[in-house]
Amino acid sequence: MPWTKEQMAKRGAAEIPAGSIVNLGIGLPTLVADWLPEGHAWLHSENGILGMGPFPYEGEEDPQVINAGKQTVTILPGGSVFDSALSFAMIRGGHVDVALLGAMQVSPSGDLANWAVPGGKIMGIGGAMDLASGCRRCVVMMNHATKEGEPKLVAACTYPLTARGVVARVITELAILDCAGDAFTLVELADGVSLDEVRRLTGAPVRG
Amino acid sequence: MSTITGRHGHKIVGSVAEALADLRDGMTIMVGGFGLTGNAEALIKGVVERGVRDLTLVSNNAGNMGKGLATWLRARLIRKVICSYIGANEDLHAAMASGTVEVEINPQGTLVERMRAAGAGIPAFYTPTGVGTVVEQGKEVREIDGRRYVLERALHADVALIRAARADHFGNLRFYRTARNFSPAMASAARTTIAEVDQLVPLGALDPDDIHLPGIFVHRILEVREHENPFEYKTTRPRPAGQGA
Repeated sequence: MPWTKEQMAKRGAAEIPAGSIVNLGIGLPTLVADWLPEGHAWLHSENGILGMGPFPYEGEEDPQVINAGKQTVTILPGGSVFDSALSFAMIRGGHVDVALLGAMQVSPSGDLANWAVPGGKIMGIGGAMDLASGCRRCVVMMNHATKEGEPKLVAACTYPLTARGVVARVITELAILDCAGDAFTLVELADGVSLDEVRRLTGAPVRG
Repeated sequence: MSTITGRHGHKIVGSVAEALADLRDGMTIMVGGFGLTGNAEALIKGVVERGVRDLTLVSNNAGNMGKGLATWLRARLIRKVICSYIGANEDLHAAMASGTVEVEINPQGTLVERMRAAGAGIPAFYTPTGVGTVVEQGKEVREIDGRRYVLERALHADVALIRAARADHFGNLRFYRTARNFSPAMASAARTTIAEVDQLVPLGALDPDDIHLPGIFVHRILEVREHENPFEYKTTRPRPAGQGA
């Protein structure tokens, strides 16, 4: 059985060492916050929060307290707010320990494509390139293949790149794989998923 | 209240029209805000009423949901947008598709650092962001200590429109929560910075240690007490049972 989103999020949470500074991208990575024990890590939001908390209780939402996805959030005790220049100094300067990001394509060399689909609507770059190239460790969470069954783990990215050689690990619903240069290496398989099945849906060599 | 003389005196203006008196067609205008959070709502509306055209707008998102800077797009005031993210901003998608507005997309950290550099007298800087991507096209790429960097240029503006929570009469500002975002960097990068503030306080009311942006970067101050502060995505969690509101 492939992992559910919740099981993926739980594995994403396991990538976050105690006391680290973490930036969670939009989409699947956002769910990881639910699996972090209270006080385990400091969440960074690139629009200017360190120590971001969960969504507010109904009736307590503040339109001027938002995350980078422009959703209402809270700020935990010990949290701080700052301007965008300082926020990106934290990212670019290597002060953010882990970025968990969504992706469209990842290659074994760690190349990441997550901001534009060729011929698709241009959504923009936002903080994606800074996070991918600036954070100390970059872990991707995504579906293993597209809805059409096309591999998203590919020998070489064909979509516009976000950054080169940055992704350390990929978590999908089928497996956890590391980017090992010439191939992906298997870290963990979802229960009941075979290595052959993973290989069939991966566009690059997978070492067991 | 003490009086301030010289070029840093008389910054307080009494109306939106007075605040925007210097605006001209063709100007480059930076507008603070992360989406609709931290928008100078009265000044943004005032620019539409004023009707200046052929503007180059520098903003992270250029509005959303038809609100904020999306009203400038609808009023066809803009010739070019420099931003980092478009997302669900249908007005900007439509303007791009029709070819009426040129759009330059920067990585968000590069966008704000270009402003910071402009304000700090640095003409260009090397950054690792964008190396090996479309962002480096047409720019100098240089290896420093074994890593590749792309050269990005400072970004200046004629005018910055920013929002702050409180200002004193010198223009010292305090921001509120995530409404701060691009505003300090924009204020430093623009020749004229106009601050729309929720509350004007006397000199001395802000403790020197608590000032987020010194008044040296602020040239006009307009107090606006009422703001819409619209939500973009109101997200909440259920209250645990037994805990009343």
